Amino acid sequence: MATLQSDIISTVEFNHSGELLATGDKGGRVVIFQQEQENKIQSHSRGEYNVYSTFQSHEPEFDYLKSLEIEEKINKIRWLPQKNAAQFLLSTNDKTIKLWKISERDKRPEGYNLKEEDGRYRDPTTVTTLRVPVFRPMDLMVEASPRRIFANAHTYHINSISINSDYETYLSADDLRINLWHLEITDRSFNIVDIKPANMEELTEVITAAEFHPNSCNTFVYSSSKGTIRLCDMRASALCDRHSKLFEEPEDPSNRSFFSEIISSISDVKFSHSGRYMMTRDYLSVKIWDLNMENRPVETYQVHEYLRSKLCSLYENDCIFDKFECCWNGSDSVVMTGSYNNFFRMFDRNTKRDITLEASRENNKPRTVLKPRKVCASGKRKKDEISVDSLDFNKKILHTAWHPKENIIAVATTNNLYIFQDKVN
Amino acid sequence: MSQKQEDENPAEETGEEKQDTQEKEGMLPERAEEAKLKAKYPSLGQKPGGSDFLMKRLQKGQKYFDSGDYNMAKAKMKNKQLPSAGPDKNLVTGDHIPTPQDLPQRKSSLVTSKLAGGQVE
Repeated sequence: MATLQSDIISTVEFNHSGELLATGDKGGRVVIFQQEQENKIQSHSRGEYNVYSTFQSHEPEFDYLKSLEIEEKINKIRWLPQKNAAQFLLSTNDKTIKLWKISERDKRPEGYNLKEEDGRYRDPTTVTTLRVPVFRPMDLMVEASPRRIFANAHTYHINSISINSDYETYLSADDLRINLWHLEITDRSFNIVDIKPANMEELTEVITAAEFHPNSCNTFVYSSSKGTIRLCDMRASALCDRHSKLFEEPEDPSNRSFFSEIISSISDVKFSHSGRYMMTRDYLSVKIWDLNMENRPVETYQVHEYLRSKLCSLYENDCIFDKFECCWNGSDSVVMTGSYNNFFRMFDRNTKRDITLEASRENNKPRTVLKPRKVCASGKRKKDEISVDSLDFNKKILHTAWHPKENIIAVATTNNLYIFQDKVN
Repeated sequence: MSQKQEDENPAEETGEEKQDTQEKEGMLPERAEEAKLKAKYPSLGQKPGGSDFLMKRLQKGQKYFDSGDYNMAKAKMKNKQLPSAGPDKNLVTGDHIPTPQDLPQRKSSLVTSKLAGGQVE
């Protein structure tokens, strides 16, 4: 069955408690799943995730002034921490960020004085006594409503949004600029980074991702297409064009090839929960950086090194430009990222062990333990190994997410969402 | 910088040698791949990350519709039907006058997401 373009999943994100999981797709829709509350008596497995709410977040637009088609695809979703009964999330496409309120309604007023239950007004002459409506239970209804629309602040395409630890402000980053917003104010934002050169012919790099530090509300990082990460401190100046720290791994110039810069482009940057480290994803590897050391990463994990000898064809079919994301587990001990052939990889930072797993219905029966996979780079292929040449490069796992507290992961293939959990005895 | 081209040893760039070269140094497969690419596309520029490439990336989504052209053509042909797009809808140049009908229709997605209907694995 052919995949509908609109069903392609473009972002996956757990909320702060892990109870809710949001996905965004190319059609501009958001689907939120909710974890079933555990049955305390029968806790042989954690609650399953079921659909909780779905809504159309963004619509396609056409900017007639610039002759630009604005895709409705949801690039990122970020949850706000819960402050009251409702849940709030930010969703963004290439140009506009929206704050959505998701609230539950499980009661409704009944017994109006002047209206019948179906809404028709009663004949006033029949109203002889005063009746005050009371709230009665009803079937749960989950409503999503847009509370703020943050528009017209980005000339280029938004790639990241990140909520500050002050829970009042957030940043949005496009290819050349980063803006700071207040969640309550939609008619203005502050520009905090601008790397647009005066002469566009001098353009050499673009911003690929940005994130606020989880604890320091004055600190954020942004990554570039040249493989660098800049850490900025908003206390230093209003416009953070000068970085406080520049993280870059030196490259051996004799190793340089046509592909070097392209594969060094960082597609994702994520702080650890502790705030001590950050992780970057480039085309072939995942790197962990200690914020105190700028000259090289402290750990490097190869995701699919066997692709190095396929770079020519990966350039021709554009796969070399695929933007893979990465994520930390709740305790920062394991990191995960996706690959091709519906494979995804996990690296344990303590044991230094890694594993390759596959997200597919054909090869895994539900409720069975996933079998580790292995790719054979060259030479004789062992039984159960897959050769590089038979990998399906159309089956890419770009988006993965890890529950903030438990060993539950969400893995998005092109148009399917898989939720895996580790065995609970 | 010009040293780089002189340093490339032609003997190491052939595909058949790939397995041996992979064992020697990690970067040689990359060079072999680069040679393959250059052989296929001789006019490929040296700098892949240059400003042309980045400009193309920044301009994603650009479609051309000149309202001036459109209105002039409409005035010129007010008695005739406006010519509709030829087979190539993306070609909007010269005498072809784009009309709102020619622009690809972007319907809003009224269909519920597949994820909202299906079961969770």
